[in-house]
Amino acid sequence: MNTLLQGTALHRAYGPTPALRGVDIEVTEGEIVAITGPSGCGKSTLLHCLAGIMRVDSGSVRYRDQDIGLWSESARSKLRRTEFGVLFQFGQLVPELTAGENVALPLLLGGAKRREARKTAEEWLDRFGVAELADKLPGAMSGGQQQRCAVARAMVTEPRALFADEPTGALDVLTGEQVLGEIVRVARERGMAVVLVTHEAQIAAYADREISLRDGALDPTGLGLRTHA
Amino acid sequence: MSTSHVLLGLLAGGPRHGYELKRSHDERLPQAKPLAFGQVYATLGRLERDGLVEQSGQDRDGGPDRTSYVITEAGRARLGEWLTEVEAPAPYVTSALFAKVVVSLLASGERTATDYLVAQRTAHITRLRELTAVKTDSAAAVGDVVAADYAIAHLDADLRWLQTTLLRLADLNEEMNP
Ligand SMILES: Nc1ncnc2c1ncn2[C@@H]1O[C@H](COP(=O)(O)OP(=O)(O)O)[C@@H](O)[C@H]1O
Ligand SMILES: [Mg+2]
Repeated sequence: MNTLLQGTALHRAYGPTPALRGVDIEVTEGEIVAITGPSGCGKSTLLHCLAGIMRVDSGSVRYRDQDIGLWSESARSKLRRTEFGVLFQFGQLVPELTAGENVALPLLLGGAKRREARKTAEEWLDRFGVAELADKLPGAMSGGQQQRCAVARAMVTEPRALFADEPTGALDVLTGEQVLGEIVRVARERGMAVVLVTHEAQIAAYADREISLRDGALDPTGLGLRTHA
Repeated sequence: MSTSHVLLGLLAGGPRHGYELKRSHDERLPQAKPLAFGQVYATLGRLERDGLVEQSGQDRDGGPDRTSYVITEAGRARLGEWLTEVEAPAPYVTSALFAKVVVSLLASGERTATDYLVAQRTAHITRLRELTAVKTDSAAAVGDVVAADYAIAHLDADLRWLQTTLLRLADLNEEMNP
């Protein structure tokens, strides 16, 4: 399998606070990788750097063997729009737009025709079991329904990689499981890679592989052991 | 788990042969150890002695596996009781894990206990992933998903325990080997 994303010696600090201290990570095409570790260990920072949302202080992020740190902001923005999908814990839908309009948005930004975008958006809403919400505003939906729409929006462009940061963290257990199960099923069906950030073992178990962090560095044992193994 | 209550539950659906009981037990409870025929007949014998089941017929060629059993009124009452009883929240495999950590510290040292915990965690995570794959298979029956949920929840509890035990290992070692 080909390498899709490769982060090498990634460093990133917020002022004096180091968040990543030399992380190496590789994601192959179609692979589902969980990034785990306790709160504050750098999971979200790593995800933002890999997704090209945040720049690294040093080290490189390569997408299909190209160093995206060398790209212009507009090239990175296009990469995010066309090849990547992102999903956060909550609050990503535009409140003034209906579910159908929200999901169609990435397609319209990519230059799709309105009718075509609308039709594809409806297919994706249907795939996540919320076709009947197409004309509803986010404010009129439950948390689970909103998150299903957000998933549909993140996947509607059929990105090569989906970046999901605690995507079920705000949902009740059963809804969270269903949403995650659907994400994984669709990703496998379409060969999408998924980078899944979570601090829960049960959620990480949906992935093919787990990468643990501790204090901004890889933790090969996943148990926060100092230096043996 | 109580085999006699499970057999009563299977008989609640109508008379069955010992062989059919074994087969449906193994089919319904795929996570449990398959029942041995000897265990089925021994259990039926006890249930019959206690008046909870009775023989309801023999097929022409006789033989123990050709005898069919039916649940009695008393059997139904017993089953009803069991179904409403809360099971003691027993520590599960954690007792075995705990025993191993303790013996490690006593017989070998902190390093051995640490290595064991790391290896155990890996095994648990691997199993957790397998069970999760059962659940995400779109062809999975709800019964399989529910059975997987149960095992996953217990493994997850063990994983939390492994983590906290590791953090307490130095203190535990000190307490045991002062
Ligand atoms: N915007 C920020 N400003 C300052 N510090 C931050 C910011 N975001 C994260 N941090 C710090 O960086 C470290 C890693 O954070 P984060 O990547 O969010 O971890 P995680 O997602 O694993 O909880 C933490 O110490 C956190 O406090
Ligand atoms: Mg985070």
